[in-house]
Amino acid sequence: MIFSFDLLFEAVLFGVLLGCFYAAVSIGLSVSFGLLDVPHVAHPALMIFGSYCAYVVAGWGLDPILAGVVLMPAFFVLGVLIYRFYYETFERRGSDAGVRGLAFFFGLAFIIEVGLILGFGVDQRTVQAPYIGSSWVIGDYRIPYRMLVAFGVALVLTFCLSIYLSKTFTGRAIKAVAQDEPALRLMGANPVRIKQWAFGIATGVSALAGAMVIIVGPVEPAMDRLYIGRTFCVVVLAGLGSMTGTLAAGLILGISESIVLMMAGASWAPAVAFGLLLVVLGIRPQGLFGR
Amino acid sequence: MKDSRRKVLKAGAALAASTTFPRFAIGQSGPIKIGMSMPQTGSLGAGGQAALLALRMWVEDVNKRGGLLKRQVELIAYDDQTNPANVPGIYTKLLDVDKVDLLIAPYGTVPTAPIMPMVKQRGLLLMGNFSFQVNAKVQHDMWFNNSPWNDASSWSDGFFKAGQGVGAKTVAVLAADNDFAQNLANGARTLAQKAGIKSVYDQNYPPATTDFSSLIRGIRAAKPDMVFVMSYPNDSVAIIRAVNEIGVGPSVQIFGGGMVGLQFTTIMSSLGSLMNGVLNYNSYVPGMKYPGVEDFLQRYAAKAKDAKVDPLGFYLPPFNYAIGQILEQAVAATKSIDQKAMAAWLHKSEVKTIVGPIRWNKDGEWANARVVQAQFRGIVDKDIEQFRQPGKQVVIYPDAYKTGSVITPFEKARTAK
Amino acid sequence: MKYWISVAVFLVLALAAALSGVNEYVFYAGYIVLTFVVLSTAWNILGGYAGYVNFGTGAFFGLGSYSAVVLFKALDAPLVVQIVAGAAIGAALGFAVGIMTLRLRGIFFAIATVAILFIMETLMVNWRYVGGATGLQLLRPEVMAPFGSYTRMLFVVMALLAVIAISVARYIQVGWIGRGLRAIRDSEEAAECSGVPTLRLKLFACVVSGALMGAAGAPMPMYLSFIEPASSFSLNWGVSALAMPMIGGTGHWIGPVIGALLLGSIQQIVTVTISNEINVLVVGVLLVLFVVLAPDGVVGLFRKWARRSSR
Repeated sequence: MIFSFDLLFEAVLFGVLLGCFYAAVSIGLSVSFGLLDVPHVAHPALMIFGSYCAYVVAGWGLDPILAGVVLMPAFFVLGVLIYRFYYETFERRGSDAGVRGLAFFFGLAFIIEVGLILGFGVDQRTVQAPYIGSSWVIGDYRIPYRMLVAFGVALVLTFCLSIYLSKTFTGRAIKAVAQDEPALRLMGANPVRIKQWAFGIATGVSALAGAMVIIVGPVEPAMDRLYIGRTFCVVVLAGLGSMTGTLAAGLILGISESIVLMMAGASWAPAVAFGLLLVVLGIRPQGLFGR
Repeated sequence: MKDSRRKVLKAGAALAASTTFPRFAIGQSGPIKIGMSMPQTGSLGAGGQAALLALRMWVEDVNKRGGLLKRQVELIAYDDQTNPANVPGIYTKLLDVDKVDLLIAPYGTVPTAPIMPMVKQRGLLLMGNFSFQVNAKVQHDMWFNNSPWNDASSWSDGFFKAGQGVGAKTVAVLAADNDFAQNLANGARTLAQKAGIKSVYDQNYPPATTDFSSLIRGIRAAKPDMVFVMSYPNDSVAIIRAVNEIGVGPSVQIFGGGMVGLQFTTIMSSLGSLMNGVLNYNSYVPGMKYPGVEDFLQRYAAKAKDAKVDPLGFYLPPFNYAIGQILEQAVAATKSIDQKAMAAWLHKSEVKTIVGPIRWNKDGEWANARVVQAQFRGIVDKDIEQFRQPGKQVVIYPDAYKTGSVITPFEKARTAK
Repeated sequence: MKYWISVAVFLVLALAAALSGVNEYVFYAGYIVLTFVVLSTAWNILGGYAGYVNFGTGAFFGLGSYSAVVLFKALDAPLVVQIVAGAAIGAALGFAVGIMTLRLRGIFFAIATVAILFIMETLMVNWRYVGGATGLQLLRPEVMAPFGSYTRMLFVVMALLAVIAISVARYIQVGWIGRGLRAIRDSEEAAECSGVPTLRLKLFACVVSGALMGAAGAPMPMYLSFIEPASSFSLNWGVSALAMPMIGGTGHWIGPVIGALLLGSIQQIVTVTISNEINVLVVGVLLVLFVVLAPDGVVGLFRKWARRSSR
């Protein structure tokens, strides 16, 4: 194995871009699981579903990022419906609902995955765009444009969501419902409507995240399994409910994965996210910035 | 109380089910059933679909001539999705439920490896389909491959000689962690050592890897003269794209060698000019003369258009049609579908096919290898018909089919005409 | 006593079927159904009785398979030794997972089991002795008389394992261990306050569950004559091992058996007649349907029907 500082620097650079990408795909889960406590193991599956939708829309001639943005409203509605269903069936009914809610989302994830296999087959799908396939050359370093694009979109997304949650009325209501639901009810707001709005936003964001996944590399239906590790690692490492924490946690994961890739090879890379997740759960389950 | 009733019901259902499984008359009137699994989706899917079309063409042709032993031939093929875990179940179903008479292996080393122990233990004849050294560990004596290679040197000699011819002394090995690539990589490493070539980079990657940028970066940092890649179609595409995205560096003279998938027309046309300069293996390029192959390719092209599969059909289809021809001649020679008799006959005979005469050595591989190493030159994007012309894949090795010399270094070859 | 008579009848029938001329494929498919009986029963000990949801059944199952492979490759170990080793290693992993339950509940525990699954797979992918991601071809030993084929023998072996698993689950359920686990499921804090030795009970459940799953995994490499990490450690084992008890009913030991026989048989029939994917779709859809509409499973439905018809 070759080691040089040049290689390390390039790995860290790549890791920063990768990390922001991981933050962007996890931010929906930060809202749905971090803030709303929904055991949303189907988040990666919904996101990969978003990738395929972006693939179809991009196939009609749209740029992939634009395709993702265009899909956001539809996914918002989907999120609202899913949360409504989850709330009526499980959250209302009390403690045993915990196991059943978990089983429900697990089953949902598999249904989405098999649905994609039946609809699109197991073959990999990619999208074409002018920024996919070339890189930015600075001296000896080469940074793929697709990673820069994902990096840019991720920053914009995290920034917008942070502002929304801290500055707007509904945003602050979402944070309030996470902190103290009875108090919110006493103040006259309907927590269920706020939560379903939040879940809708989380799912809408996943549509754009899905578009980024297919820009960064090819997708196939079973990819959601690997992303369970990455998204939950980021959300748990960040600490439930922290948006900026998601960015920091994403960077930590991205850089670790990139360095492991460089030093130990591609066969160890899938274990980085899951390993980091276990370490965090074991040492500091509340994460870095958690409540 | 519930238990025993349930268990009796279960046993009864099992017995009843067994009697409902179809029992075809094993008499002289029923069709001869040939069974196989073929990867029609997944990494090898594009190739598998073309191969299956060729096999169906043979079935049609033989049935028009009256079939085998005056019985019609029926081909039963399932899709294994290039997933080796699906294959044992499919072949057990073929043998015990569909009750086939003859077996053909799936296309590819990876789907074939799981069933080698099974066919050996059941004493079954298996017709190989473009797998590499899949019989090496099991040593089954009723295995006959259709692919023009035998051991690792038949494959890598051409690649290493091309490199050494321009003074290359070091090699980087990048291999998928699957049966095909590992078989080839193990062989290639020994040969490199014997030839005095030094290995400066040697990495395996798991089959599901999609991002190769860090691996390519590592190769670039090692400054190798040759880069020998053993990959499956999905990875081959990703590696070619990564090489074009971030580059392997000016030191590399030749790149390629064992990349599966760069022979499938869909991949060739989607990668287009990205493949220029790559020196890779192939089984057939336009210009190679075998009796009957050009006629076959014309008929194939017409059917492929309707079936919407690989329109050129250079890589697999002629060799899959040959499987049919091999079976036909074995059945005719032994006047039976007795698999042991057929195997014994095949071991001592030379069979004439549309890809030339074939004779096997004792492990069921070809006695005379015919793999070519060819360099892609002057490919343009989005043009399938260009591949019909000679000169787009310049054959470097072996001498019998040579049409040109390799252009080095790799960076220069990428822009050469 | 009635239970043991039923067990004896079942084993005799299984043996008789294996020695008869019934179509080979019945045993090939039946082995998988019986494997699921063991896996769902094992899952239910931790998931149904104690309420700790394990998504990582594949980790224990795969580890059992790989220990069998190592023993077979290194020492040519007979099947019995492979199964015992599988159980032992499954138990060891179960112990480690049990320690995890000190800090983690609910979805955190479940996600941690997924993490363990992927880490186990990565470890095997990087171990060249067992073939890495490529896997290994295995030539199994000649079959012992009186069985006509190795698969038939494995079918009887798995029937025996199923009986062992169910008997263990039944023993746990009716005893004080079962009561303790139910107390943990209902409210762990309250159980601890009432003096229930929660940690010891949880460790026990994890170890037993893991051991049974590991034992179920051990004969797989011989069954397939092949092993590779992706299918051995697949999340598919996890979803089936979770769906079957939830469909059958998690409170009683008969629930997982019903779920496994029902769902397992449907899966095998679908695989033979339609395709492999629809397999997983059936599991997912039935899981969601039962979780939403019939949370107490088939056992619960049966009880409701019995109550209604007795009025």
